[in-house]
Amino acid sequence: MSVNVLKRLQSAFGARILETSSFRGDDEALVAPSHWLEVARFLRDDTSCTMNQFIDITAVDYPERELGLTPVPRFDVLLMVRSMSTNARVRLKTRVADKQELDSLTPLWRGADWTEREVYDMFGVIFRGHPDLRRILMYEEFEGYPLRKDYPITKTQPLVEYRDVGPSKLAPFGPEEGNPYGRIDWLARMSGRNLQVSPAIGVQQGQRPAISIASEDIGSHPVAGHIPAEPPSVLGVGGKK
Amino acid sequence: MGKVTTVLGEGQTGFATTKFDALLGWARKFSLFQYPFVTACCGMEHMATAGPRYDVERFGAGAPRFSPRQSDLMWVVGTITQKQAPALKRIYEQMADPKYVIAFGTCASCGGFYDNYTTVPGIDKVIPVDVFIPGCPPRPEAVLDGLILLMEKIQNGDREPAVLPPQKIEPLVQLRAKQAQDAAKTAK
Repeated sequence: MSVNVLKRLQSAFGARILETSSFRGDDEALVAPSHWLEVARFLRDDTSCTMNQFIDITAVDYPERELGLTPVPRFDVLLMVRSMSTNARVRLKTRVADKQELDSLTPLWRGADWTEREVYDMFGVIFRGHPDLRRILMYEEFEGYPLRKDYPITKTQPLVEYRDVGPSKLAPFGPEEGNPYGRIDWLARMSGRNLQVSPAIGVQQGQRPAISIASEDIGSHPVAGHIPAEPPSVLGVGGKK
Repeated sequence: MGKVTTVLGEGQTGFATTKFDALLGWARKFSLFQYPFVTACCGMEHMATAGPRYDVERFGAGAPRFSPRQSDLMWVVGTITQKQAPALKRIYEQMADPKYVIAFGTCASCGGFYDNYTTVPGIDKVIPVDVFIPGCPPRPEAVLDGLILLMEKIQNGDREPAVLPPQKIEPLVQLRAKQAQDAAKTAK
């Protein structure tokens, strides 16, 4: 279904659709920033596309792309839309550099307002024509864009001056302090029975068959069939040995 | 008091001696009006603690007051972001003395697994804390333990921050000992 949308885009825009890809129902078209608004408007208004539901706008940062032999702008900006009449979904992608402006999609979908503000807040992508482009999650005093890969991972910008309380992170919470009143039945765990935290997790981890599987079918079941006859050692549960 | 004199009988009087601070502490620890500063998932356990099964009311700490002016005990329940920190500090400053703070859960105590640009790594960076209750989230039993610990501290006039120690679950203690032994074996 969505492949038809991509074909329709290619027939309407030709070489202005730079790339398309389809992988297991995941359909994507790449355009230049200058055609961003035009192609999005076509997706919404064309009678064979009818992408009338706005899902999301987001971005991905690839700073290393700018360093290559043929530099590519660092940010991927992604638009996700869906058609409520054909149930087709498609993703439109463009690439912008730092400080490069991109047309806002708020004239097409009102829902783009806050998501574009979020992309601006987290990545610093500037949307031209946005009615109210300011931070939405972080505070106004925040400097820089936290989801950029070059934002220092330990850098915080407190609004309130910290009290002097020694080490920056309270130490005493190891695994044992994490939840002293856990829901795990330790006696049962140690004796090798009922290893799971909950029945659902136990089924996922292959520790027990689902109740819905009849006992004679267990051997052929993809998960339950691999339950070892001997109960695994207690220390084997939880990963670390 | 009239009742006491009738028990002792006519012509007799009774009295008890105590320190003034101890009397004050005794009065304070049973009349904790709470201000719930609830921001995240720990709030569900906070509600469970307030419900009839665990019944925080029997400790005299049940009545929530949504004005900081009328409350003595601030429960900080959940993650505090950098954006929220000024509001938290301001509400703490608006509370009347004597005031107490409980950091409820791992996030309020030390930031939990949020070790990043958004989250305050423990509310003691912003306001003084009396009791830290670890757990993600802590069970209501742990919360009541933390409250009892705070009440003891109020009685004793102790304002040093305290961390609620983990309950010694016997099988868990054995398991840890066995893990330590095995680790020592593999190290050899």
